[in-house]
Amino acid sequence: MAAVEAGTGATAPVPASGARQIWRRLRTRRAAMAGGAVVLLLALAAVGAPLLAAIEGQDTTTYHANLVDSAAGGVPLGHLGGISGSHWLGVEPGTGRDLFARLVYGARVSLGIALAATALQVVIGVALGLAAGLGTRWVDSLLSRITDVFVVMPALILAIALLAVVPGGFPRPVLLALVLGLLAWGGFAKIVRAQVLTLKSLDYVAASRLAGSSPWRTARREMLPALVAPVLTYAAVTLPTNIVSEAGLSFLGIGVVPPTPSWGQMLSSATTWYQADTSYVVIPALMVFVTVLAFTVLAEGIRTALDPRAAARLRVGTKAGSRAGAAAMDAEKESGAMGARKASDAVPGTRARTDARTDSGPDTRSDSRHQDAGGEGA
Amino acid sequence: MTRFLLRRSVQALFVLLALAAVLYAVFYLAPGDPARLACGPKCSVAQVQQVRTQMGLDDPVYAQFWHFLRGIVAGHTYSTGTGALHCPAPCLGQSYRTGELVTSIVGEKLPATASLALGAMVLWLIIGVGTGLVSALRRGGIVERLLTAFTLVGVATPVFITGILLLLVFCAWLQWLPYPSYVPLTDDPQQWAWNLLLPWLALALVEAAKYARLTRSSLLETLAEDHIRTFRAYGVGERAIVRRHALRGALAPVIALSALDLGTIFGGALLTETLFGIPGLGQQLVQSVQLKDLPVIVGIVLVMGLAVVVANALADVLYALADRRVVLR
Repeated sequence: MAAVEAGTGATAPVPASGARQIWRRLRTRRAAMAGGAVVLLLALAAVGAPLLAAIEGQDTTTYHANLVDSAAGGVPLGHLGGISGSHWLGVEPGTGRDLFARLVYGARVSLGIALAATALQVVIGVALGLAAGLGTRWVDSLLSRITDVFVVMPALILAIALLAVVPGGFPRPVLLALVLGLLAWGGFAKIVRAQVLTLKSLDYVAASRLAGSSPWRTARREMLPALVAPVLTYAAVTLPTNIVSEAGLSFLGIGVVPPTPSWGQMLSSATTWYQADTSYVVIPALMVFVTVLAFTVLAEGIRTALDPRAAARLRVGTKAGSRAGAAAMDAEKESGAMGARKASDAVPGTRARTDARTDSGPDTRSDSRHQDAGGEGA
Repeated sequence: MTRFLLRRSVQALFVLLALAAVLYAVFYLAPGDPARLACGPKCSVAQVQQVRTQMGLDDPVYAQFWHFLRGIVAGHTYSTGTGALHCPAPCLGQSYRTGELVTSIVGEKLPATASLALGAMVLWLIIGVGTGLVSALRRGGIVERLLTAFTLVGVATPVFITGILLLLVFCAWLQWLPYPSYVPLTDDPQQWAWNLLLPWLALALVEAAKYARLTRSSLLETLAEDHIRTFRAYGVGERAIVRRHALRGALAPVIALSALDLGTIFGGALLTETLFGIPGLGQQLVQSVQLKDLPVIVGIVLVMGLAVVVANALADVLYALADRRVVLR
């Protein structure tokens, strides 16, 4: 039922067109390819951080007291925060630690946390979504209520509260990934549930059941493949959100703390230095900006490649998009906030509004909500 | 409508109760001794034990939780050793650090957060809806192209980065504005606005991108609907169509989303408040976290949760009021 309300849910299952066709579609989108290239570069830098730091000949923790002007409060000597042949991006004010090394190792921490958190969200969301979609009515309504609580709950605020109680000895990056992953899986669960409800009504799934497959086997063989596209799309949107959340928490001083570097941690300590040492704040800020931008553009491309029809309908104002029916549905998705449904596509159903919001699947703008979660301290 | 409100209230209560239970469980199962925290490092073992008894920490967890919930509904009276401190009805407990009532801490911090949230909303609505309308009505124009870039940048820039850059440009380089320091509205309205200008702008720029995009697509879609075509066929002028008929439907999602966002920001613009040093709920929460002042954390999180949940319901109601086709259920 909710799947029907979801609009695209009814049409979304992409014919298993194979990775090659998706790649071909993705390749034609120049912005997405550029985004992908940047993402690849960042991933390489993160993986090869020790190598890059070794080439530069620096590490993340060595103090260089001779490179900062202790008389002036610790401002780096030289131009642009002490950029030189041996310190490619200058040094940290106060301590003189090498910024390039901290930046590439920070990429490791920031991207690693975001990736791990997203993976955790996918696992929890898919498991609970599948269970809700396939389970009995009772299981479904219980799991849906729990999911509702997690969707409505202000994740960042709760994350802060959780980070406060875990003892300091616990490795912070692992903790951050856990907290973000355990709190923000609601969207995934909703998408998967909606998708499963749609799939359940399709003939080939019924055929599999009639042929004597167990529910578990049906779920694994017939449903999971059809879930790949929407889940992947939503994951691509969620990943940059997690990057921003990590940066935000570390910025508040309760995420990653020195001496471990992360972009958020660098920004956090940079706020006290921005007047004296501009490049110290601009460099990590630029990194976060470029990374999130690249991921966002790539996610948009992936979405289009995986489900061209939905993407075409979302492109407002084009011929395909101006059909009133589709447009009305998309308006809701675009708004992302509406639970109350327009009478025109009201379907018998009594689901809470949160369903309508996130059920509409990977192409909701509900990312705007999630963006809040990290973007502003939500 | 009444049924809807009732249903949503029950739902909201359920969410808040769950939130409280989760927080409670986490805090009281987590390592660390609240009594030791409350008493301070100089207390002797006997004194800590006394505080523990006084705080009811010897009771089982569910009894403590029940106690906490009863305090919210019925109030609470604390004995402070020398006298009694009465905490009236929505009692959220007492700070471990200062002994202040959590409700009065919240009341103290609320005006700053409200100032930040409301001012920012006015700005983002002006900027966002304005650009959105212009770009929808002048398709292919420069505004539309700029908007695409603006939206991407807005989406990719977290508010703390926008904030730092604003500080850098306007305070450090151009020196047009003072470094913000919060002045209450009741003290000096002009200084209040002047000092809040940058925080408002930082929040508004991030949000405005979202609103511009939403306004644009929403208006374009409304203009493509059947009833608008009918108006056109009757010979109603384009201007009148937009102003009298399309705007109402098109702005419905915008209004609803702003209620939602206002709730979120009201619930604590942690990053903005921390960056600009605004003494609001968000800043207090971050400080309390660093001090491990659990009652204050639980209290503020609950108040923030309330703001978000209420805003969610409000968004639905406003949407239905603006777009009459919507049926609330």
